[in-house]
Amino acid sequence: MFTGILDGIFNGLSVGSVLLLAALGLAIVFGLMGVINMAHGELMMLGAYTTFVVQNGFKQLGAPWTQFYIFFAVIAAFLVAALVGLALERGVIRYLYGRPLETLLATWGVSLILQQFVRSVNWVLVIGLILFCLLFFGGLWIVKRRPDFERIRNWAIAILLPLSAAISFAVGSVLSKTYKLAVTKPWFGAQNVDVTAPKWLLGGLPIGNYQLPYTRMFIMVLTVLCVLGIYFFLNKTPWGLRIRSVTQNRNMSACLGIPTQKVDALTFALGSGLAGIAGCAVSLLGSVGPNTGQNYIVNTFMVVVVGGVGKLVGTIVGAMAIGITDYIVGTGILAQLFAPIPPLANFFTFFATTSMAKVMVFFLIVVFLQFRPAGLFPQKGRTVDA
Amino acid sequence: MAAEIAVERRIDSSKRRLIVEAAIVLAIALFFILVVPLLLSDFRLNLMGRFLALAIVALGIDLIWGFTGLLSLGHGIFFTLGGYAIAMYIKLQIPESASSRLPEFMSLYGVTELPWFWKPFYSFPFTALAVVLIPGILAGLLGYVIFRNRIRGVYFSILTQAATIIFFNFFNGQQKLFNGTNGLTDFQTIFGAKVNSPGTQYTFYILTIIVLVFAYALCRWLTSGRFGRLLVAIRDDESRVRFTGYDPTGFKVLVFAISGALAGLSGAFFTLQTGIISPNSMNIAFSIEMVIWVAVGGRASLVGAILGALVVNFAKSLLSEKFPDIWLFFQGGLFLLVVMFLPDGIIGWLRTRGKDLFRAATGRKRIMTYPSLEEDPEVEYERKNLGD
Repeated sequence: MFTGILDGIFNGLSVGSVLLLAALGLAIVFGLMGVINMAHGELMMLGAYTTFVVQNGFKQLGAPWTQFYIFFAVIAAFLVAALVGLALERGVIRYLYGRPLETLLATWGVSLILQQFVRSVNWVLVIGLILFCLLFFGGLWIVKRRPDFERIRNWAIAILLPLSAAISFAVGSVLSKTYKLAVTKPWFGAQNVDVTAPKWLLGGLPIGNYQLPYTRMFIMVLTVLCVLGIYFFLNKTPWGLRIRSVTQNRNMSACLGIPTQKVDALTFALGSGLAGIAGCAVSLLGSVGPNTGQNYIVNTFMVVVVGGVGKLVGTIVGAMAIGITDYIVGTGILAQLFAPIPPLANFFTFFATTSMAKVMVFFLIVVFLQFRPAGLFPQKGRTVDA
Repeated sequence: MAAEIAVERRIDSSKRRLIVEAAIVLAIALFFILVVPLLLSDFRLNLMGRFLALAIVALGIDLIWGFTGLLSLGHGIFFTLGGYAIAMYIKLQIPESASSRLPEFMSLYGVTELPWFWKPFYSFPFTALAVVLIPGILAGLLGYVIFRNRIRGVYFSILTQAATIIFFNFFNGQQKLFNGTNGLTDFQTIFGAKVNSPGTQYTFYILTIIVLVFAYALCRWLTSGRFGRLLVAIRDDESRVRFTGYDPTGFKVLVFAISGALAGLSGAFFTLQTGIISPNSMNIAFSIEMVIWVAVGGRASLVGAILGALVVNFAKSLLSEKFPDIWLFFQGGLFLLVVMFLPDGIIGWLRTRGKDLFRAATGRKRIMTYPSLEEDPEVEYERKNLGD
């Protein structure tokens, strides 16, 4: 009985810490810009794939390095996801500021593109993309220096866009004709890839007849470090102060000289980078595929809804509450607890599968929102639309 | 005196415009019923029927998103529920010769007695009501628990999205009740006719068009009067609506329920023409796709919703036949393109930029003045009869 509850709490905490890691970035971005990033799951997926790539790279290096690839993978995943996030913010989201529903749709589009990208990415695609960017943005940069740029802007884009697309497409097809499979073979393909945890993460800490897997403990430590890092960053650094002030009142911050655009970009990159770290953590738990992100995205949204956007602690409590409830209901521990009372036991047995546990959790969240519509720790303010 | 005449003329002209619109709608419907089947192969005609069924749910999405500003990512639920309702009715049309009095999948899972909630679906009137009412009432309930707390914006969107996942999980997990992942398929007969025969399918096609016309009329009626104005007001500034003494909650619940009912209707006709309904149509992607149909066609334009559903779906079926790998690229690009460059969709573009381009091309340049004065019949009347 005791080990059962301990098991429930430990596993719940571990599920919750993955959720927390994933939701942390989302909550910060949502708090700052009111934007729900539907591509957040895909940024996680990119982080997971980065881990896979780093792992394979370190395999080439030989024995001592393969044991420590995970530390480099965490950093690499953070950087890759942060860069993609930065590009996403600069390229798409900043034009949609103040229209959250449109942003949601646009980021969904981005998430579809990213999913297909990892499926079909190969050398031809990468070379073509780089060539296109060089031609298009290089050409635009040259045209921009003409004094009458504003006047000819539309024409320049109308000519440059198809031209550079056609050139990169032609180069791509020539490459794939000459080098055949060497360049057209997808890097990852549509099937899942596996990340093997380093040796020292295999096995677990035995407690009684139960084992706490080291990978789960690693993820929990990683989560704690990330939360502490974010806390320190938000509360003790000048940029953290700026982020908090823009979160509280964007217009007033702008009036006081805070570069809100830069704050937006920085925050978005940070949130995306956290998603990358979450992806790295997820890759330790099972194989990762193009759809990995989709499995986590709805739960992380629910964490944000339950936690509210005001404070970090809301996200932490929300993630842990959802994780533990999900696990305890899903594994049927409650059904065992209530075994003496048959109707209750039957009721909980009905919900004792992974998918039905989600049904239960959703109903609990909806009930919870009847009492706290703005989440656990709402932002205090007097605006009508808060 | 002049004002009275103007008002009379205005009513008169709006009545005339309504008659013209009805005539156009009827003409298009007749065209689709009589002429289009001659132009398309059976396969394409079946696709057309399906997409026309999807246009019904696009109308529902337009009603809540285009007019009321609520982005629902959960219409897949209502769509699928409608589909399941009709599928359950057909599954209970068991021929006399069959060995078991149960739908065949149930015996696979060792079910010996029909679950209680299947029983009412023996009756067609109940099924017909259920197709509309079950999704409608569910949408109303869901809407009530969300809207009464003034939860809105992206919160509403992600809650409806979570609801979609929940229903997906539920239907997926219940093999004994709904055949789980495989869904309900292998339809045999309806009213004694074979479901898959071309004649029956053509009947479904015609019925779909008729229902679509009625759905269009319903939405047109809802959005044209005071109710429509109120919906737009809720979209543009809900707080102000509240301050002027209205309670938006009831209206939002009502319009969400109507939209859900339309989705159910759409799902039923879609199921009849595809011959399968499975939890797959409750995945997140499908519900968001519905939104993009409306976005492509033009939000807050009913014609745009129908047009968007047809255009996007035909593009999808053509492109995914030709390039199955890169359809997702196209779709993602479509989302970005529409949101960033065509926020009002095709119809919106035609109304603004397209009109200007047409004028410029035909050489009739319009002099910009106060357009409202130009079109106001009262001003026109005065100008004509009273001189300067």
